[in-house]
Amino acid sequence: MNKFIALMLLCFSLLATSTFAAIDDLTFTSPEAEVRYHQLIDEMRCPMCLNANLSGSDAPIAADLRAEIFKQIQEGRTNPEIIEFMRARYGDFIMYRPPLNRGTVLLWFGPGALLLAGFFILRRMLAAAHAAPATEKLSTEEMQQLNSILDDSKD
Amino acid sequence: MIPELGNFALMLALCLASLQAVVPMAGSFTNNQLWMSLARPLSSGLWVFMVLSFSCLAYAFLHDDFTVAYIARNSNTLLPVYYKFAAVWGAHEGSLLLWVLILATWGYAVSLLSSNLPLDILARVLSVMGIITSGFLAFLLFTSNPFERLLLNAPTEGTDLNPLLQDFGLIIHPPFLYMGYVGFSVAFSFAIAALLTGRLDAAWARWTRPWTNAAWAFLTCGIALGSWWAYYELGWGGWWFWDPVENVSFMPWLVGTALIHSLAVTEKRGVFKSWTVLLAIAAFSLSLLGAFIVRSGLITSVHAFAVDPARGIVLLTLLLLIIGSSLVLYAIRAPVVMGTATYGSWSREVFLLINNIILVVATAMILLGTLFPLIHEAIYGEANRVSIGAPYFNALFLPLMALLAMFLGLATFSRWKKTSLDYFKQQTGKLLLAAVSLGIVIPFLVTAKVNMGAMFAVILALWIIGSIAKDVVSKARNKQNLLAGLRSLSLSYCGMQVAHFGFAIVVLGICLTSHYSVEEDVRLATGESISIGKYEFRFDGVVEREGPNYTANSATIQVFQNGEEYLTMHPEKRIYHARGDVQTEADIQIGLFRDLFTALGDPRGDDAWVVRIHVKPFVIWIWMGAFIMALGGITAILDKRYRSKKLVNSPVLEAGVMQPVLEH
Amino acid sequence: MQISGRAKLFVPVVIFLSMLALLLFGLGRDPNLVPSALVNRPLPEFTKPDLFDASATVSSTQLRGGIFVVNVWATWCPPCHAEHPYLVEISERETDITFVGVNYKDDADAARAFLQERGNPFKFSLTDLDGSLGIDLGVAGAPETFIVDSTGTIVYRHVGMIDNKVWATIFAPLIAKIQ
Repeated sequence: MNKFIALMLLCFSLLATSTFAAIDDLTFTSPEAEVRYHQLIDEMRCPMCLNANLSGSDAPIAADLRAEIFKQIQEGRTNPEIIEFMRARYGDFIMYRPPLNRGTVLLWFGPGALLLAGFFILRRMLAAAHAAPATEKLSTEEMQQLNSILDDSKD
Repeated sequence: MIPELGNFALMLALCLASLQAVVPMAGSFTNNQLWMSLARPLSSGLWVFMVLSFSCLAYAFLHDDFTVAYIARNSNTLLPVYYKFAAVWGAHEGSLLLWVLILATWGYAVSLLSSNLPLDILARVLSVMGIITSGFLAFLLFTSNPFERLLLNAPTEGTDLNPLLQDFGLIIHPPFLYMGYVGFSVAFSFAIAALLTGRLDAAWARWTRPWTNAAWAFLTCGIALGSWWAYYELGWGGWWFWDPVENVSFMPWLVGTALIHSLAVTEKRGVFKSWTVLLAIAAFSLSLLGAFIVRSGLITSVHAFAVDPARGIVLLTLLLLIIGSSLVLYAIRAPVVMGTATYGSWSREVFLLINNIILVVATAMILLGTLFPLIHEAIYGEANRVSIGAPYFNALFLPLMALLAMFLGLATFSRWKKTSLDYFKQQTGKLLLAAVSLGIVIPFLVTAKVNMGAMFAVILALWIIGSIAKDVVSKARNKQNLLAGLRSLSLSYCGMQVAHFGFAIVVLGICLTSHYSVEEDVRLATGESISIGKYEFRFDGVVEREGPNYTANSATIQVFQNGEEYLTMHPEKRIYHARGDVQTEADIQIGLFRDLFTALGDPRGDDAWVVRIHVKPFVIWIWMGAFIMALGGITAILDKRYRSKKLVNSPVLEAGVMQPVLEH
Repeated sequence: MQISGRAKLFVPVVIFLSMLALLLFGLGRDPNLVPSALVNRPLPEFTKPDLFDASATVSSTQLRGGIFVVNVWATWCPPCHAEHPYLVEISERETDITFVGVNYKDDADAARAFLQERGNPFKFSLTDLDGSLGIDLGVAGAPETFIVDSTGTIVYRHVGMIDNKVWATIFAPLIAKIQ
């Protein structure tokens, strides 16, 4: 419980002002660098916040990490190098795009497999529907009833 | 005194809800007409006491009664009066009260608008709603009572409502969202009643359809309002983050959309009954799952309520009882045999099934992505936590929606039972050619750049809109003139086409905004300016301004269009007195073809500030499209046949072979 | 055929119950905990100015051959104030452990005054003005505390306050194990 209270204290002390997006003025060496910067800070999670990316958080650590990414981009580091730098320190947790590995196969390929299964079942149902005899003639009485309903709801 | 009255009303409501849960249901099994007929008065009584209870809390808020703990935490004397009212649902306890009030309102609405329902069905439907209401009322009263008093040391001033919530969005977003979430309880209750009765027929589908449409339309508006609120309030220019709380509102919407389509097949052709009833259960179950995730603190989210883990266990138990028992009932009672009607490969039935497959897979994907951090942690331990965010969801969701859009265009031309391939070719050949060529040419002509994503989006939107237009014209052409033709179309057909048109607009809005937005974060000194496209933004400095309960740094930004003075914008940065919170207030000039978005950052030096300036083309189309979709849903409800008494218990209908009115 | 058809209808309830089990598991965890990627990895290399002597430095090579408790703190962080008396008390008691203070993104004068006034539990105090050591340590904020064993490997990272109970239930057993 103490731990919980401590953590709450910690959150309030640091998060009180982190509810709005951070706005930095940066000058990049090239437009590509700027695009890369925004992509990286959009796809990385602020380690301090409830659930916000680096670009959407004004927590101090988010500002530091943005500055670090900016510095590394200006130094000419590639995206995989920067991502590796962050993962070495903050783990996979910092990536909003989880890397594909044994543990995330279900995540990345599960929905696709489900889609294929869905279409497979649909095909089987169609085959079954074709095989079934198509007898659904209405009796004269039923036909009259149907017509009266249709007329009724058409007016 | 007033809060005690509210609390008392809540207790009486719980008593009535418990009676409503038991008596009409028992009557339906013993064929006791009197007990069954109690369903209506009980649901009216429940509604009256819920309204009374809610009014008491609102009254206490408006009169700053800080002896009530909930009000002391979420209000302040300086708060403007409309926010005091909206603050009733500004945090967990009060929003749950609103949730239950809305549940009671839907129950009351069913009891009012059910003159064409057989009494035993009505009794069971209202009893199921009574069960859900009692569960949540008990949860409200015993774990989250908003009327709890601070008997000792009641403060003279409240700690204020979270500034993020002090916005017009708070006033309208939660009521719409809850109307949607909770509205699926009606379809759910009809499904349970039908399973209990064993009468899972076309009539059941027909009764369920308007209620499902209504809930869906509310949810559509609710989600759109929430996204719009995030867009202008959070000041980062985004409008959807794939946050768990957003995801849990989106999942019932997707399943609800699937349900609307599958109800159409079940009503018109009498097939896929088990599937449809499962979707009806799933839509409301996902709403409940959403309530659990938002209120239990299970997953960190920017929007989650402040939480107490003990509540989570109670809510989980409630989930187990409501969803678990309904799924067991489903497994025992749902019909195993498929419908008797047959359908061919390219029939409308098949297209609606494809729609269902795609929407359900999309829902499963979002559910998986939302819960995956838990799954991963259960297997690999908490030292290896992962985060799932926008990059994952976008990568999988967008292709699914593109697939949905492609099939939607084709499905517009499909017929029940069977559609010949030649007919498709004849109808869609030219259309497809036109959509593809215009989709490539238009974006290029406007921007002089090749952008594959934008082209693809324009092609899909034109494909949908073109197929709608072609179908409407061909349906209307049989009459003397086009106007008479249009008048002869049924409202449910019009509603469908309007909703599909709205979908195309949403597709356009999302894709064009993400591909063509220009976003600049710049440092501007007074008098300096920056140009984006045909707009020039001149920064004219910052002045201090006093609001009712905050002090603001208010910037003045003069915008020029093609060199001429166009408008003045005032983005602000506010410090709220009560909590000391800092809040950005973006200034947005809304336009049909582009939004101008300005937000104020931090000061840099003497008279320079960092300013965020976005030009976002077509962004309003996202929400406009969503409202058009909701309008479509409402239009379809107004169709006459939902009010036609004659259809009840018609043997022809129940035989499940009825042809749609439209096809004649 | 009939039985297998009915069995299929039980699939939703099975999926639901497994999801419920997952949610129950989820309720027992702390959702705000950010795991450290540095546990079981060597302490990152650094050379930082000494808090009390700006001309001297403290470097990671000095933290070898014993058990170190590295505490990341700042005067602007309220929980750091709250845990400080405990740190002083524990450091006086646990003399075979070396306490290291990383003054994180702070005003050095204020930090020195703070330690002089309320007691200094740290044998080494270094300043991390720009927060770069903080990033290398993977910290999200302050206070955070690391246990480093005699081989220079981080064995544990603690987020949030330390008090006697946290020390007795988490730190003491871990330290006893690596000693």
